[in-house]
Amino acid sequence: MRLDLVPRDRRSPLAAALSPVLAFLTAVLIGGVAVAMLGVAPGAAFTVYFVAPLSELWSLQEIALKAAPLALIATGLAFCYRANLWNIGAEGQFVVGGLAGGWVAIATHGSAGFTAWILPAMLIAGTCAGIAYAMIPALLRVRLGVSEILTSLMLVYVAELLLDYMARGPLRDPAGFNFPQSVGFDEAARLPYLMEGDTLHAGVLVALVAVVLATLVLGRSLFGFATRVAGASPRAARFAGFSEERLTLAAFAISGGAAGLAGIAEVAGRIGQLQPTISPGYGFTAIIVAFLGRLSPLGILAAALVIAVTTIGGEAAQIDLRLPLDLTRAFQGLLLCLVLGADVLTRFKVRLVPGAAR
Amino acid sequence: MSLDTVQMVLVTVLTAATPLIIAALGELVAERAGVLNLGVEGMMVFGAALGFAAAMETGSTLLGALAGAGAGIGLAAVFGLLTVGLAANQVASGLALTILGLGLSGLVGAGYVGLKREPAPLLHVPGLSDLPGVGRLLFGEDAFVYVGLGLAVGVSWFLWRTRAGLILRAIGDDPVATHALGLPVRGVRFLAVLFGGACAGLAGSYLSLAYTPFWAPAMTAGRGWIALALVVFASWRPARVVAGATLFGGATVLQLHAQAASLGLPGQLLSALPYLATILALVLLSLGRRQGGSLAPAALGRDFTPHR
Repeated sequence: MRLDLVPRDRRSPLAAALSPVLAFLTAVLIGGVAVAMLGVAPGAAFTVYFVAPLSELWSLQEIALKAAPLALIATGLAFCYRANLWNIGAEGQFVVGGLAGGWVAIATHGSAGFTAWILPAMLIAGTCAGIAYAMIPALLRVRLGVSEILTSLMLVYVAELLLDYMARGPLRDPAGFNFPQSVGFDEAARLPYLMEGDTLHAGVLVALVAVVLATLVLGRSLFGFATRVAGASPRAARFAGFSEERLTLAAFAISGGAAGLAGIAEVAGRIGQLQPTISPGYGFTAIIVAFLGRLSPLGILAAALVIAVTTIGGEAAQIDLRLPLDLTRAFQGLLLCLVLGADVLTRFKVRLVPGAAR
Repeated sequence: MSLDTVQMVLVTVLTAATPLIIAALGELVAERAGVLNLGVEGMMVFGAALGFAAAMETGSTLLGALAGAGAGIGLAAVFGLLTVGLAANQVASGLALTILGLGLSGLVGAGYVGLKREPAPLLHVPGLSDLPGVGRLLFGEDAFVYVGLGLAVGVSWFLWRTRAGLILRAIGDDPVATHALGLPVRGVRFLAVLFGGACAGLAGSYLSLAYTPFWAPAMTAGRGWIALALVVFASWRPARVVAGATLFGGATVLQLHAQAASLGLPGQLLSALPYLATILALVLLSLGRRQGGSLAPAALGRDFTPHR
């Protein structure tokens, strides 16, 4: 038997819409088998993972809070991946953004008088730090031809160690009994809550605005068009006179800035101080989200919500059913594999033919 | 410094280099066939977990190492099915494999955290292993080290001295032309990916069976990515992989010694050195090669679907 791929004349819109759904259902099926092998009834696990998080107000807010950074980072990454550029260091840009913005908050801690400028300054500092950090692999690529994949990933480890050093060293709260954390931020350095008494903060709105903006830029602007052409056909982009160098720098700036903004929004929103670690792997999970959302901002928003549900469900399953947290990570990896595999349906018709492999 | 101190330093350098050598050689073969598998880190960490689990259950280091290699092959088969069989994007699939491998390794290793076992036994040749100055280095390593060095020779011989190796390199340079000649492009690519997986898994099991020797979550700590960088650094040549891995092993050992000597530098800076060194190495390499073009296999990272 042999697997033959017959190219379609045009991308099938039906297959494009259905393939992520098909991949998700397959992943749930395989996950169910795995859960059963771990000795838990799949039905009960399904309820805890996918139904329970959607049934209570606090968990719905948690979903929005988890989905916001994922959607923001993944939207930025979509620009890179659309242009066939591989920034896989969003985790590092997230961390650096949180660090830079957090430093502003710590430096202005306790200042009296006019403080309304602090929060905007933090957000700008975080965004700029993310952009600057993403410029390292981007410049190395356009100037020296160094693979951006490896450099952006290596810089993640460097950023994490830098934050670890700063939170334990220079930025530690001097009155904090040697706990490795900074002072708690002032009220003026925190993102405001959307509703009194709830956990939902304004970072969620930032992510929504980013998704709308990205939809417009990718779909309606010349820059978005150039990005898509550069990814789909580099030769055509060169003939059209689009500058590869400028596109690369711009795509990295957008993704780095989005990740940096997400980083400072997390620090100024949920955490409220600097700690040795500020991210449960948002920058890496966002890669899954970007592909699950088929690299379109609206799809990414939906994908971020799905991944957030499974993450919250995974935490609940760890407590209620004693299922390990790594099961969620494995499930997300499997889901990405299946999404990428199912993508073939949109470009090819798959035929099984008798005969030897070629 | 006495001769024996020098020898002990070289021994630690070689043990630190061994996982990089094994993993990078496997990836080198896959990339020579034109497939860029970024999932080395995931295959490595899964190999470390399954290898340690198997060794604990059976009590045999050999079975542990085989299980580690098998874990790598299993994940590589998934990757091969996606990228070679279904022409999925290689970069994205590699990332997916890394995430999957990290998750699976956590699942498998959960019951083994904190357990220890005897490290893989060292070779002992009466007389030779006790030679002052060189005996321990040349005749007293564990089996993984010799396998790694043997692998370098074997891969080199295979790629440049056999017909199959020539075909593999040709497929990595031009799958369309080799397909037109009637050569099994996708079959060879799939096998090359499996070989890469076996090597990555074996390298991972070296970490948990001989190097540390215990299992800890995410214990590969980016070594899979450094192995990927090494292949570029070595411009896809096995001998240079060994040289580059030794340099990196040296940097790792230097960092450990500096940390022990407490030079007043923050520990985080020293821990960041291998990653910074990787970036620096890639930069220097491309600075030294402004003219002459790329040495990468011409079709590296591009998918291939045979028509008709």
